[in-house]
Amino acid sequence: MTRYLLNRLGQSLVLLVLVSMIGFAVLNLAPGGPLSQFALTPGMTQADLDRISAQMGLDRPLVVQYADWFWRLLRGDWGRSFRDSRPVLDVIGGHFAATLLLMGTATVISVTIGTWVGIKGATKRYSIFDYAATVGAMVALSIPTFWFGLVAIYIFSLKLGWLPAGNMYTIGNGSFLDYAIHLIMPAMVLALVDVAVWSRYMRTATLDVINQDFVRTARAKGMTPRRVLMKHVVGNALLPMITLAGLQVPTLLGGALVTETVFTWPGMGRLFLDSLGYQDYPVVMGLLMFSAILVLLSNLAADLLTAFVDPRIRLT
Amino acid sequence: MSDKHRNAILHPNRRQALAMMGMVGATGLVMPAILGRDKAHAAPPSAPKGQVIIGFSQEPTVFNPHMLHIEVDEGIHFSVFDPLFNVDPEGKFTPALAVEVPTVENGGISADGLNWKVKLRDGVKWHDGKPFTADDVKFTLDLVVDKDFRSARRAGHDQVRDIKVVSPTEITWRMEKPYAPYASILAATFIVPKHILEPEKDRNTAPFNNAPVGTGPFKWVERVAGDHIELAANADYYGDGPYLERVIYKYIPDLTVLYTQFKTGDIDVTGLQWITPDHYDEAKALEGKTVQVVPGGTVESVTFNMEKPQFKDRAVRQALYHALDKTTIIDALYYGLPAPTETYMPQQSFYFNPDLPKHEFDIEKAKKILDDAGWKPGEDGIRAKDGVRLSFSNSTTAGNHIREQVQQFMQQSFKDIGVEMTISNLPPAVMWGEYWMQSKFDSVVVGLDFLTGPDPDTSDYFLTSSINAKGGAGQNTWQYSNPEVDKLLAEGGQVFVPEERKKAYLKIQEIMRDDLPFLPIFQYATIRGRKKGMTGFTPNVNNRIDSWNVGTWYWEQA
Repeated sequence: MTRYLLNRLGQSLVLLVLVSMIGFAVLNLAPGGPLSQFALTPGMTQADLDRISAQMGLDRPLVVQYADWFWRLLRGDWGRSFRDSRPVLDVIGGHFAATLLLMGTATVISVTIGTWVGIKGATKRYSIFDYAATVGAMVALSIPTFWFGLVAIYIFSLKLGWLPAGNMYTIGNGSFLDYAIHLIMPAMVLALVDVAVWSRYMRTATLDVINQDFVRTARAKGMTPRRVLMKHVVGNALLPMITLAGLQVPTLLGGALVTETVFTWPGMGRLFLDSLGYQDYPVVMGLLMFSAILVLLSNLAADLLTAFVDPRIRLT
Repeated sequence: MSDKHRNAILHPNRRQALAMMGMVGATGLVMPAILGRDKAHAAPPSAPKGQVIIGFSQEPTVFNPHMLHIEVDEGIHFSVFDPLFNVDPEGKFTPALAVEVPTVENGGISADGLNWKVKLRDGVKWHDGKPFTADDVKFTLDLVVDKDFRSARRAGHDQVRDIKVVSPTEITWRMEKPYAPYASILAATFIVPKHILEPEKDRNTAPFNNAPVGTGPFKWVERVAGDHIELAANADYYGDGPYLERVIYKYIPDLTVLYTQFKTGDIDVTGLQWITPDHYDEAKALEGKTVQVVPGGTVESVTFNMEKPQFKDRAVRQALYHALDKTTIIDALYYGLPAPTETYMPQQSFYFNPDLPKHEFDIEKAKKILDDAGWKPGEDGIRAKDGVRLSFSNSTTAGNHIREQVQQFMQQSFKDIGVEMTISNLPPAVMWGEYWMQSKFDSVVVGLDFLTGPDPDTSDYFLTSSINAKGGAGQNTWQYSNPEVDKLLAEGGQVFVPEERKKAYLKIQEIMRDDLPFLPIFQYATIRGRKKGMTGFTPNVNNRIDSWNVGTWYWEQA
């Protein structure tokens, strides 16, 4: 087990270095550079751009810049944002909290409802409920989030005036209730799509289990249908969900750009897009490393968890 | 107060304003103008009251006013800091931290323009309670040319020598050579506190840059990154205002969402990039909102690379101008909002030349000019002369949909006179990088602010020595070179009395209109909205940001 862990971590480190190299190269080889956006500032001259570029060390060879960045990273220095000169980890941290709140809420809603809908759909296969859930899931998956968000704002904010049109909280208020009210619309919009995804997976997984011999045996020995479902079916059907959840974690924490934009939520998705737009290399690199680490760790965690709950799997 | 309002909207450009009203439809401009004037009669509250939320579609992130920044950052700079003097909507300087604006007349500037003396206000305090003195001014002027500091701009400041702090309220310096634009540069130079920044080892990353301390009408409270910035009234402010308890700059990345939040009342004022033209009709009918079309200093043009053989002949540039249907472009694609122009100088400027020949859209004339100049249509219908085909590419920022339509429209018109234009657009970082700065394009559609503040100097754009592609270090991307313009710019830069300066700049505009290194299309106009009762909003073409005077804004009392 320890060997397995060390192995996995070793592989991950190699992967991280590779990711950082490719990311760094792609970013820096793109034409333009972080200063080109200032070219149309009134009174801007080539002389000023050249000087600032040299002051920022952007005129050094790419390999030197990478080595410098990597060496700092090894010592725990993620660099500073070109935009607001704050340490990269502080920049990411602030947005991460906002994303965690929104995505966490949305995930709790979608997993709870999705799992329930999936199980119910599988046990009552070809019932009206099952058909309704299937059609509903298809519709939810087809609606663009952007459009759905704007429609929600139009109905609940502009027409009915029940909910705020966006933002994480009312500036100057920030009570729990205030956060909760602001959270409703973006979380529901996000959850809608995820419910569809989770319910489809859960339905399939349940169907796989429900026809297994041990389920028939359990029924034959006189267990109540409810106990069969809870003890034998759901438990086994949830196993593949762990892997799925592991894969979903980085996506969740990467933020939801569209929802964040429509509801002016200061999350990770916005940060990534803005940093890319302003060619804020240190932050983009920071985000890249951050999400690479998340992907590797959550995959590892999912594998360990699966091995832990499923005695048939042995990690070597 | 009331004076400011009248001037801003009616005085400086009566003729242009009238012309614009004709296009926009009288209601659009006249109504807000009248409302604005009426409101000016209401008095501001005796103590700061209420708050205003201003929405920006870009996030302010640079709070040290001397570092490289974008327009929205200046919203914070103007609220938190003060320069020595400000620029009013008419381009006149008004004292801020200085007691009076130095001029040749009052002896603040010596007759030869070399020696400057500025008297400072006494008793001004920084937001942390420490007194403001001439040492802070000296520190600021030294900081912007400090070799380790990533200063956004050094031009002008690098001419300053021998700064002397005569007393806490007086400072003098000498200029290496007479440089008239320096007054305008100073008006955009916010004074920063010596006692906070001097001890910092690295001023590029000092904590100050994320928690600025100034002398301005509002104090820094906090920033929630990616969301908003909160400022609070500076009760000790020496000037007019502040009349609001809090100012909040809210970041709303999407313009449709910005407009929606304006409609729902989540924001009180639409800041940069304002209301999009396609929402104008709906916006001006909104209840409880005031919506106003405000001219900006940016000029949209078709810009030529004069070193390309196609554009060396002035006849070609003139013919293309005649083939450019400006009226249709403005009316059909820009909802008739911007004002057509013949020059790079904003029409609100004191230095604007109103007597330039008016553009005529005339395909036959365009053809005749080319015929006369010897550009004969070839077999494929495209004109050529001495082996040069009249075919070129045109570029702009990819994804700017209105501009892309303008390009297609131009393409059609130019085809009619036997000129081939291909469209090759690039993403912003590529477009405005080397491609633009080193003149690698044939032609470009671009919006440029030629002026820095109210000063008419355009040396960085028009001087022969500003051509980057030829080893210069400015932004003369046309590679435009005209000894007469060089001479006029040099002369104009050394005259300190506006009335005397004016001659040179009127002449330069005349030459540019004749030479046409770029075809001026229009001067930008933007649609700005605010909740009714928000008073004090004064458009100022000399500043890039609407909230330049937020210290004097207040809510009209019911």
